[in-house]
Amino acid sequence: MRDEKNLNEIRAIIARHKLWDLIFVIIGVFVLMIAVLTFMALFSHMLIDGMPRLSWDFFSSFPSRRAGSAGILSAWVGTTLVMIVTAVAAVPMGIGAGIYLEEYASKNLITEIIEINVTNLAGVPSIIYGLLALSLFVHQLGFGQSILSAGLALALLILPVVIVATREAIRSIPVAIREGAYALGATKWQTVSDHLLPYSAAGILTGVIIGLARAIGETAPIITIGALTFIAFLPPSPFKTEFPFLSLEWLMAPFTVMPIQMFNWVSRPEEEFQANAAAAGLVLVVMTLTMNALAIYLRYRMRKNIKW
Amino acid sequence: MVENSPRDNPVADVTSISCKSEVRDLSFYYGAFNALKNINMRLHEKQVTALIGPSGCGKSTFLRCFNRMHDLYPGNRYVGEIILHPDNVNILSRNVDPIEVRMRVSMVFQKPNPFPKSIYENVAYGLRVRGVRQRAVLDEKVEQALRDAALWDEVKDRLNQLAYNLSGGQQQRLCIARALATDPEILLFDEPTSALDPIATASIEELIADLKDKVTILIVTHNMQQAARVSDYTAYMYLGEVIEFDVTDTIFIKPKNKQTEDYITGRFG
Repeated sequence: MRDEKNLNEIRAIIARHKLWDLIFVIIGVFVLMIAVLTFMALFSHMLIDGMPRLSWDFFSSFPSRRAGSAGILSAWVGTTLVMIVTAVAAVPMGIGAGIYLEEYASKNLITEIIEINVTNLAGVPSIIYGLLALSLFVHQLGFGQSILSAGLALALLILPVVIVATREAIRSIPVAIREGAYALGATKWQTVSDHLLPYSAAGILTGVIIGLARAIGETAPIITIGALTFIAFLPPSPFKTEFPFLSLEWLMAPFTVMPIQMFNWVSRPEEEFQANAAAAGLVLVVMTLTMNALAIYLRYRMRKNIKW
Repeated sequence: MVENSPRDNPVADVTSISCKSEVRDLSFYYGAFNALKNINMRLHEKQVTALIGPSGCGKSTFLRCFNRMHDLYPGNRYVGEIILHPDNVNILSRNVDPIEVRMRVSMVFQKPNPFPKSIYENVAYGLRVRGVRQRAVLDEKVEQALRDAALWDEVKDRLNQLAYNLSGGQQQRLCIARALATDPEILLFDEPTSALDPIATASIEELIADLKDKVTILIVTHNMQQAARVSDYTAYMYLGEVIEFDVTDTIFIKPKNKQTEDYITGRFG
């Protein structure tokens, strides 16, 4: 039993509550726009400044004292090689640690301390990793100011990201699937390798790519290690014509990377070098966005067959 | 549905059916919580035994002792014995590897839980775990298991398709085939129809009745009609204890215990 007055009151209350929905939507869209527009502004600024410099020559030339003929050959090659080292080091270590913590480690104080540490490592300023790498890899282990040292430093930096991504991907697999495997008589390792790893591969891969996308733009730890800012030669080729066709000499070579090349150009007084920096920045952003897009695509493809 | 069971001439027949498994003074603890209290009962060979009782009475906990599922989680403790015949092995013993137990005692879960793999690979997985590699052996066992689970005709043309493309009832029969492929001695069912519609439920019940020619079955169900339809023996559990265990007809027609009677007649639970 509701009379007219009562009903009107209810409608007034609903209208008032709905106003809050509207206010939140407006605030949300506004905040989102600030973030998106800021990026768009920066990106378009870089696009306008740098676009005229982008050409085949820009990618295939070494840096030079004359802005017009300077390029990013040594920088993008260096970045690529450093990323390879980072991935080769961080992926197996991170996935292994993630599996161990999630599936094997018994729940006790030590495990808990390790877990807290891993999570906190993600928040350590990157320059600290640079200092660690400088004393450990460059001096103690004698790797020198090389691609190997830089790759390992960045691997340490993204290790927590890979570990956390692995653990979350494994944890998202329903208990019923895990128990189903164990109930058939599978051992822990059989369960991990036949089920948990394949089903969580998409999530792990996403974590790895996001980690690498973060590492690609890191400057501080690389500077700390002592990457060169001006380098006019390439590391030795990883491929050889005679047996065993592969060479690891490049690991020990001096190098530079994209962000350092940019930093070098930005700090020059001449106007023309600013255009070079913008063009290099453009390349770097495109590399990062491509990696993120790849992560999204792979996650979509690999999850298509999996629905819990 | 179930005609040739000992219920036609109860009690008298009980002694002639051999005992597959004997539970002796079984208690179980989740940490400090005493979930099962001093259970004694038997599973008769190639018979269906049902566990009934209100939620939280320990039915599933008891069932999961039979394949040592509790070993997967820390802090769980068994006291007492579950003897598996004919070799008289206590499967709860510390000296018995839980993996060995799970290779002898299969399980079908509450919700169908096929792996996100092909139909074929789902059924073959138990065999692969046991190291079977030859394609011919796998093919034969997979077909036999799917036939036993009354699923072969529906899936024989699409064995390489994902198991998720099957309906809920088909998925549950696939899980039964997966559990059967390795010729288990005991098959455990943990409320196998609670996630299914009535038609799929009927087909699973029919299947359970057929399967007891091959394997000893222990089934947990929250549905008393289901226990009455499919089982030969029934145990009524309450608060971690087996209150009454007898031939199914006796439990449902003239239970000896007042508590059992109250539960059966719906005055409680």
